[in-house]
Amino acid sequence: MLVTTMSSAEPTRRDFLYIATGAVATVGAIGALWPLIAQMNPDASTIAAGAPIEVDLAPIADGQVIKVFWRSKPIYVNHRTKKQIEEAQNVDVAKLPDPQPDSARVKPGHEQWQVLIGICTHLGCIPIAHQGPYDGYFCPCHGSVYDTSGRIRQGPAPLNLALPPYEFVSDTKIRIG
Amino acid sequence: MSGNSIYQPQSPFMRWLERRLPIGGLVYSSFIVYPTPRNLNYWWTFGGILTFMLAVQIVTGVVLAMHYTPHVDFAFNSVEHIMRDVNYGWLLRYLHANGASMFFLAAYIHMFRGMYYGSYKEPREVLWILGVILLLLMIMTGFMGYVLPWGQMSFWAATVITNLFSAIPLVGESIVTWLWGGYAVGEPTLNRFYSLHYLLPFVIAGVVVLHIWALHVAGQNNPTGVEPKTEHETVAFTPYATIKDAFLMAVYCILFAWFVFYVPNFLGHSDNYIPANPAVTPTHIVPEWYYLPFYAILRAIPNKLLGVMALAASILIIAFLPWLDTSPVRSARYRPLYRQFFWVFVIACVGLGWLGSKPPEGNYVLFARIFTAYYFAYFLIILPVLGRVERTKPVPNSITESVLGEGLPIGASAPPPIKA
Repeated sequence: MLVTTMSSAEPTRRDFLYIATGAVATVGAIGALWPLIAQMNPDASTIAAGAPIEVDLAPIADGQVIKVFWRSKPIYVNHRTKKQIEEAQNVDVAKLPDPQPDSARVKPGHEQWQVLIGICTHLGCIPIAHQGPYDGYFCPCHGSVYDTSGRIRQGPAPLNLALPPYEFVSDTKIRIG
Repeated sequence: MSGNSIYQPQSPFMRWLERRLPIGGLVYSSFIVYPTPRNLNYWWTFGGILTFMLAVQIVTGVVLAMHYTPHVDFAFNSVEHIMRDVNYGWLLRYLHANGASMFFLAAYIHMFRGMYYGSYKEPREVLWILGVILLLLMIMTGFMGYVLPWGQMSFWAATVITNLFSAIPLVGESIVTWLWGGYAVGEPTLNRFYSLHYLLPFVIAGVVVLHIWALHVAGQNNPTGVEPKTEHETVAFTPYATIKDAFLMAVYCILFAWFVFYVPNFLGHSDNYIPANPAVTPTHIVPEWYYLPFYAILRAIPNKLLGVMALAASILIIAFLPWLDTSPVRSARYRPLYRQFFWVFVIACVGLGWLGSKPPEGNYVLFARIFTAYYFAYFLIILPVLGRVERTKPVPNSITESVLGEGLPIGASAPPPIKA
């Protein structure tokens, strides 16, 4: 457009200057753009607030379930009864919509403690504990049904309820995160 | 606008778009082939720099608004949160704060250029008035922005400046209460200043569009003050003016970067790092440097109402410049006597700025009054009289003549420039 009146076979000094200026301007533009994009990522105070939390299991009675928050996500800590544990284990895993044995969803030796993220894998509502045909979890938004292991059984949710990273600090205390 | 024969798009997409929304043709005729006087010097690049600074302030401001909390209990801490926690928050805050200073510096240089070269004269009066409106909008925006961090200076500047309106007889107190939204500067004031501070830059952008439109109707002025007579006396805006603008923009960014990275708090006041305390006024309240000349004029007049009127007048009188200056010669290049008064005016403005930062006592007050007197005399007495009595140097017949000397026909020996 601009060089058509003076086109020549050799690249001219003007061509070099245009390309050099354009390259420097592009690098400058990327450099200027980077902080503007990066500033939307979680800031230091948000990251600090997402540090691991410790939950004391002693006050949780047999059959009781509590809800704690870690990184703004609701976490169910469920002290499962013997009946609930058996129902969770006596299942034909292959027939499940998202096949997973109960043993993969608890820590060995601590089968009565179920720790999972209480966010329905369909569209993000919080399922209600001790509800539904399996006495597991029931999501009121679109009717997803989870069993006592938190696995999806009926309804539109595609996956089992997710597990947060956690470990047993002692027999009566876990650290989530 | 439709069927603009200058713009012939090459790509099928542009041909398709041009028929439906001729924005390609608008950009082409306004910023690519637009005929620009070929003798413009670097003082003409500040319009582009101002547009760039407006974009910087809007972008950094919108991004800062994602992290700022406009509540009296949280505002100060939210700014510290930006400085310490938000990724690159320190950079964004310093860019925005120092960007305001760079914005005003460019505006003042831009205005002084206009005054020196007579860019306000016929037919550019509306262009000049739009510029004064832009200055007023900038002053309001900057003032409200400074209140937002809710430091000591933020709070007390808000109190002092809003109290100016109490000088108005009869309705003054009601107006102040209405501005405050309460019995003093407080939570309602902070919230509405935040809303308006977000709004006004976009109003500024709209007026900038009018300003550039008015400019393009009359065409650029140039250092001789003589309008281009032939095509040979102009060049296409792109690449000549574009590159000249870009170059000085880069130099200006170096100055900007020097402040932001090396002395980011130099232009600010340390008292604004103290959270606002409605019970204690700082011993020396001063606004930011770009308001100091007007502040000095306000304090120079010992009467409350007259001081406020002088403050308002000092800005509004600029709008009347096209009619106050009676000289038929545009550019100060050919007005040797005017030039001397002009430079004294510049010294008076800078002097008023310096005096505005000093406590209002003793000789400071005396000199502030002298400079204030000169400031108004310049507009009201010197310019009207000078235009009629001064002996001007002979004005060249054309731009070409100013470069090549007399006795040459216009455009005769100068080879035509390379056109886009």
